[in-house]
Parts: sequence; C-alpha cells; structure tokens
Amino acid sequence: MSNTSLTQAIPKLLKAVPRSRNFEAVLLFWVSGIQAFALAQVQLAVLQKLSWDLLFYWAVPTVGAIFVHWVLRKRAVSADGLILPLAFLINGLGIAMIYRLDLAEASRGGTALFAERQVWLTLIAMIGAAAIVRFVPNHIKLRRYPFIAGIAGLLLLILPALPVIGQTRNGATLWIALGDLSFQPGEIAKILLAVFFAGYLVSRKDSLSEIGSRVMGMKVPRAKDLGPILVIWFASIGVLVLQRDLGTSILYFGLFLVLIYTATGRAFYVGAGMIMMVTGALVASRMFDYVSRRFDAWLDPFAAENYNAAGGSYQLAQALFGFANGDVIGTGLGGGFPQLIPLAESDFILAALGEELGLAGIFAILSMFLLLIYRGLRIANSHPDDFSRLLATGLSFVIGLQVFVVAGGVMGLLPLTGLTTPFLAAGGSSLLANWAIVALLLVISDSSLRRSE
Amino acid sequence: MNRQVRRVGLVLVLMFLSLFVMASSIQVLRSDALYQDSRNVRASYETYKTQRGPILVGGVPVVQSIPYNDAYRFLRNYESVLYSPITGYFSLFNGSSGLERSMNSYLSGQSSAQFFEQINALLDGKPVIGAAVELTIDPAVQRAAWDALGNRKGSVVAIEPSTGRILAMVSKPTFDANKLAGHLYEPANEAFLASNEDQNQPLINRAIEGDLYHPGSVFKLVVAAAALESGRYTVASSFPNPENYLLPGTATEIQNSGDGKCGPGDTVTLEVALIRSCNIPFAALAVALGQDRIRAQAALMGFGADLSIPMKVTPSIYPENLDAAQTALTGFGQFDVRVTPLQMAMISAAIANQGVMMQPQIVRMVVASNLNVLLDPQPRVLSAPMSRLTAGYLTRMMVDSVEIGVAKRAGIPGFAVAGKTGTAQNGQLDPYTLWFTGFAPAADPKVAVAVVVEDGGGIGQNGTGNQIAAPIARAVMEAVLNR
Repeated sequence: MSNTSLTQAIPKLLKAVPRSRNFEAVLLFWVSGIQAFALAQVQLAVLQKLSWDLLFYWAVPTVGAIFVHWVLRKRAVSADGLILPLAFLINGLGIAMIYRLDLAEASRGGTALFAERQVWLTLIAMIGAAAIVRFVPNHIKLRRYPFIAGIAGLLLLILPALPVIGQTRNGATLWIALGDLSFQPGEIAKILLAVFFAGYLVSRKDSLSEIGSRVMGMKVPRAKDLGPILVIWFASIGVLVLQRDLGTSILYFGLFLVLIYTATGRAFYVGAGMIMMVTGALVASRMFDYVSRRFDAWLDPFAAENYNAAGGSYQLAQALFGFANGDVIGTGLGGGFPQLIPLAESDFILAALGEELGLAGIFAILSMFLLLIYRGLRIANSHPDDFSRLLATGLSFVIGLQVFVVAGGVMGLLPLTGLTTPFLAAGGSSLLANWAIVALLLVISDSSLRRSE
Repeated sequence: MNRQVRRVGLVLVLMFLSLFVMASSIQVLRSDALYQDSRNVRASYETYKTQRGPILVGGVPVVQSIPYNDAYRFLRNYESVLYSPITGYFSLFNGSSGLERSMNSYLSGQSSAQFFEQINALLDGKPVIGAAVELTIDPAVQRAAWDALGNRKGSVVAIEPSTGRILAMVSKPTFDANKLAGHLYEPANEAFLASNEDQNQPLINRAIEGDLYHPGSVFKLVVAAAALESGRYTVASSFPNPENYLLPGTATEIQNSGDGKCGPGDTVTLEVALIRSCNIPFAALAVALGQDRIRAQAALMGFGADLSIPMKVTPSIYPENLDAAQTALTGFGQFDVRVTPLQMAMISAAIANQGVMMQPQIVRMVVASNLNVLLDPQPRVLSAPMSRLTAGYLTRMMVDSVEIGVAKRAGIPGFAVAGKTGTAQNGQLDPYTLWFTGFAPAADPKVAVAVVVEDGGGIGQNGTGNQIAAPIARAVMEAVLNR
C-alpha cells in the first residue's frame, strides 16, 4: 500500500513542486550559499584569509539571479523551477574556479585575469535572459521566421572565416575580434539554427515522415526530401574546413539530426546522417593536417612526438594530470594546481574542477547538466505545441551535446575541439547564449502550462 | 513525438554515462600512474605546502625555507654556491636535483619515519614541518677545496677514510640555486634553461655524475692492487724497460710520459714504475694480468656498482671484451676506462684504511622538527678490495711518489703524504685531464682526496697532474690536518 502511494507521490512531487516560484526562491538561496562557501574556501586556501573581494564575486551573480527570479514571478509564473537554480549553480562554480585561477595567476605576477570580467558578463547574460522572459512572452511567434533565423545563423557561423575580423585561436577559427572585443558568433548561431530547424521541420514533418518506400525494413524517403539533410551536411563539412573545428561541425549536424528524428520519427535520417558525418570527418582527417594532428594527439597523448609537437597533446596531457591529481574527492578548492593546465579558465575548466573537486565533483557537475537537460526534455515532452517541443528538444540537446563533446575532449574520450563548456568557461558569448537558452526554456515551459490549462 | 524525445533523452544519458566511466577511469584507475608521470610537476609542487626542512653544514643552515609572502608561503634560500652541487636545486617548474631530490621525503616531512607527526598534523591542522638534514661536510675543508680549485673546471672530493664520511665535495662550474628556486615562472625557467643548455654543464655534480673522466695514471693504483692481490707479483717484480712499446697485434707504439726509459737499467720494478708513473711497464703488466683480473679488482673497488650517498652516483666503468692492445691501454687508465672523482677518492680511502672500503656518506644525521633523530647513519664497511699487506705496499709507493717521485707538489712539510698523479689524454689534440688522488698523514690517515681538473687546467697539453692537481689536493689535506 505504502509502496504504491510513494510511487504515485514522487511523480506528483516532481510535477507540482518545481513549478512553484517559492520553491525556486528557496533553491536560489541555497545555491547562493553554496557559492559563498566555495568562494570562501578559495580565499582561505589560497590567501589564508577572507577578504572583502568575496562580496563582489558572490553578490553580483546572486543579484542577477534574483532579478531573473523576480521577472519570472511577474511574467512567467508557471515556468520550471529547477532550471534557473541549476544554471546559476553551474555558473557560480565556474566563477569560483576562475577566481581561484586568478589568485594563482596574480601570485606569480601574471596579469591574465578573468574572474571580474566573468562576473559582469554573468550579470549581463542574466539580464539578457530576464529581457527574453520579459519581451518574448510568446516564443511561438519565432516560428514565423525560420528562414530569417536560418540565414542569420549561417551568417554568424561564417563570420569567423572572414578576413580581418576573423580570429584563429588554438587552431580553431571560431572567433571574431573588433578591437579589444572578441566574440564567438557560433554560440549565438546555435540558438538561431535551433529555431530554424524547429520551424522548418514542423512545417515539413509530414512530407518528410510519411512518403517514401520501404527498403530492408526501413522507410527511405524520396530523393527530393533528402535535399535538406544534404545541404546541412555540406554546411557542416564547410564549417569543419573553414573553421578547423570538428566540435562545432558535430554540434550543428547533431542538432539537425536529432530534430529531424524527433520531428519524423525516422531512424533512417539518424543512421544516414551519422554515416555521412563519420565519413566526412575521416576524409577530413586524411586531407587536412590540423585534423589529423588532433586525431594523433587524441589517440596517444603521452607519446613524446605528440606531447612535444606544436599543437600536439601537451594541453590534453596536462588536463589528464589535473584530473588524476583530483582522485575521488579532489584536493579541495585552492588545494590543487589547476593553474598548470593551459586555458584552465576556459576550454579546460572541467579539468581544473576535476582536480580540485575530484571525481565526486565531476559526477556532481555532470549530473547538474543532466538534470538541466532532463528538465528541458520534460518541457518538450509535456508541451502541446509541436514547434515548442522541437525547440525545447533542440535547445536541451545542444547543451547536452556540447557538454559531451567538451568533457569528452578534455578527458581524452573524443578529439579536442574549440567548443566551450556551457556556463562554466570564461567567455561572454558562451554565457550570453546559454543564458538565452535558459530563458527560452523557461518561456516555453511557462507557455505549456498556460496552454494546457 | 514524445517517444522520440524520450529516446533523445536516453541517448544523452548514454553519452553522459560514457563521461562518468571515462572520468572514473582517469581519476581512479589511472590516477597513480598519471601522478607519477615525469612530465607531471605536481609531486614537487605538493611539497611546497609545508615548510621544507633545512640542510645544515657544521650546525649552520646552508639551505632553508624562509617565510615568504605569496601563495607558496616559503621561499627556498641557498646561502652559498659552495654547496650547490651537493644540495642541488628545488624548482617549482623544473623538478629537483642533488640532496633536495634524494632526501626529499625527509625534507618535505613525508617520510615514513614522520608517520606520527603526520597523524598529529591531520588532527591539529598544522602542517608537518620538514626534517633537518645535517651533512658530514666540514665547512673549512669545503671552503679550502673551493678556493684551491679556483676558477678551473673540475671537482674535488675529500673523505674521512675510517668512516667514509665525505668532508668536501666541490664541482665547478656550478650554479646559483636561488635563481632556479624562484616562484616566478619566467625568470626561474629561463635560469634553468640557461644552466641546462650551458656547454659547461653547471647543473652536473662532476664528483659523482656526468660524462665521467679518463683516470689516466691514477688507475695504475687499481692495476697495481690487482697485481699484488694476484700473488704473482710483488713490488720488486721486474718488467722490461724499453723506450717504445708496440701494442700487441697493432702497429702502434706507445711511450712513457716525458718519453725515454723508466729510469736506468734494462728492467724496472713495479715499485719504481708506480713511483715514476711509467706507462710501458703498466701496459705490459695489464696484458700479463689479463682484463678479467683487472676488471675483478675494479669491481671490488666499486666499479660498475650502483651507489647512493644518498645522491645517485654514476658507476665507474672498466670496459668489457677488450683485445690485448686495449687491455694494455687500460693498464695506465686510457681507452674506455671512465671514473668519477668520488670513485678515485674511495680507492685512496680504502688504501688508507688498510684495505677496507667504507660506504661513503654525506648525511650525518636527520632530525625532525620535534628534535627526534630520524636517521643516524653509522660507518659501514662497503667492501674489502685488498689485503692489509697490499694496502701497506701501495701506501709506501704512494708516499715515495710524493717524496721522491712525480707527485712532489702534494708534499706537506712535517707530514707523510701518500699520493698518485694522473695526466689523462682525451684525444690527439684535446687538453689533458689532470688528476691527483692520495691521503694524509700516511701513518694515521685523516683524509683521502681526489682532485680532477678538466681542460688541462686551462693550459692545454702543457700541464700535469703534479703541477695543477697536486697543489689543490695539498690545500685540502692541509685544511683537515690543521683543524
């Protein structure tokens, strides 16, 4: 008896509680507390004392989160209550780690500091998210402009390959620079492309899914319905060639495959798409030096010829040393040597966290991402409108795939790419884009309840 | 559409599961191997968290960690370059060397002997303080050796024969360890790279490691010992005394140094040959003894064996598979015979100690911060490479070398000094390697020394061991006798 009531109670709890704004407020309070503790631990471990700086790194993001929460109370009362605290928690952990790396950098006389900038960028990104909640109360309007979104997305993707403003870092051409400002337009492009794919597929899903002949138990679409997938595939390979980054290429193509599968339910697209992608990547690894070097470095990061080569496996090896030092429970924030890992504040921040928070911390962080994605997919699952479902699925999947590609890269599971770790890595474009995704998910989730009422 | 969304969720869960598995593999299964990779500098960083113990000479710290106002909290301070080859360096960015490396577990407080201190530290939160390492080095002797070697390239080792304690160990050129131990990456790394790439190899402790040296005539002590120990020769055994000697099986002739015969007469005794340091009789002796006997004698004296003092000592080499001509050349320390200065000092010390070789040691005591004695090494016999009688004969011949032979400049008025010089060739035109090894006083030895000067002491092929190396050894022995 009690068993049944419990199994019935849990889904009820999961359904009922997280939509409450009060529940969200309690979670935000706890998350903010966790961040204060993390920052205090950093200061005590590295500086041996607490300093007033802590207030800045703690208060600004907290104020930003409270602001988003306040806007949600006004404009999207029924939005999911876990998404904001989760994003805030992951974002805050990133700030604590970047601050910790700053202290190490300052102690050796360096000037490459990121934490203060990251705090302000977090605030701006949160205000951006609040603005989306405030001014885009009905995301379904986005459905009307799929091609505008698609073209804008493609333009953004191409920008870094242009001369003068385009910038290559660490082998990947993913940045544009205007004076001192640099930006990764691909981060924003992923949202626009999700809108485009969702809008396009929702109008074509019938012709893409129904018509076609059966071959070997699989429904094969007509040749002319294969057009879109070929176009996207060419574009992805183009990204790989122009921007020299396998990760970006995989991200957009993966997003497209998942959405076309979700829209049509046809495994054929996934199968064909994956074969095309793997073929493309393999051919590219043969044809282009930079791709094959990344493959070599990935396959054997500790071989001397890869370790010592320019653009070789030195960074990956340092990241693995960091993870290894963390062991199961980590060295504690401020207790390890994450400053030894190149780009620890951005591309390799997971290795830095892995060193100081250990396997337990990595599990926790990945679980937070998984929970965030789960909330996103739940929103998709329960939404009555197809466009909203596709969009929520696409946005959740993009976060998941990006975390997978980046984490897999720094752990040596996949070749390294130029993608950033959502919410954690230092960098404005990534923060803006991911907080915009959070805002869209909140808006979609709010609308689903309103419509079903 | 919900079925598809659930499947997408499943795929994401699988992707994250693979990340969980990968993270577990790195952080649990492979963590020890990765931590110990030589390219991972974290192990040396870790030791910076506690106050590293000092290294003391004569009760005075020559290396100590002083409080410093940055994240590492302590800065390693090296008082004087005199001790750099012994103490080595302890760098944040480029590992460590010397005692800083070999005594690291004590200096960092991580040794198993400090187990209870470590438990206490866990309980009261205060980090373990590293233990102090007191050396056997005598500061006056070290200073004398350093000054006497001057700005020449080379090395000096002085040992107390009865205990094996190392009284002085100098290697030049050397380095300023403070520059390598700095906390700022750029200057510390640049100083390391500059030293590491310097052709003069200042980071190498020439007394115990590096490329090793041709011993030249000082190796005659080993050959003479082998001859006397074989029972087939005495000091009075005589050898032919020609002006030239044809290396067996070749068309190459060799001469005695300074050319000419080894004194008057058609034959020359082993005794005279050693006192005058003649090559031809020793070449003939080596061929007659055979390479195996010489190699066995050398092995008894420590050639080819691993040795830690506790720094690792590169084993000296007596080559394998020699033909007769090569064996003849090894008779006076040429061909591929290579030795460390410490090895030669150990041989002199064994002769001085009546044929008993003591384990050389440079650590006198290790004391924890709570004054517990963690290590108190006692004198220990390493081997007995020759009989007391053989040692006595060798001593007499070495004393004569200094008094009437070719090592006169090592003589100290009022003391009987035993010694043997060497002037080793390195190539047709290369400068000589100049040697002296010996001990004093001959009747009751207090100190055995080995001196090596590279590059002919700066005068190419014009210098001899007697001219350049012997006076350095004399200064070192005087410093011991005068204390």
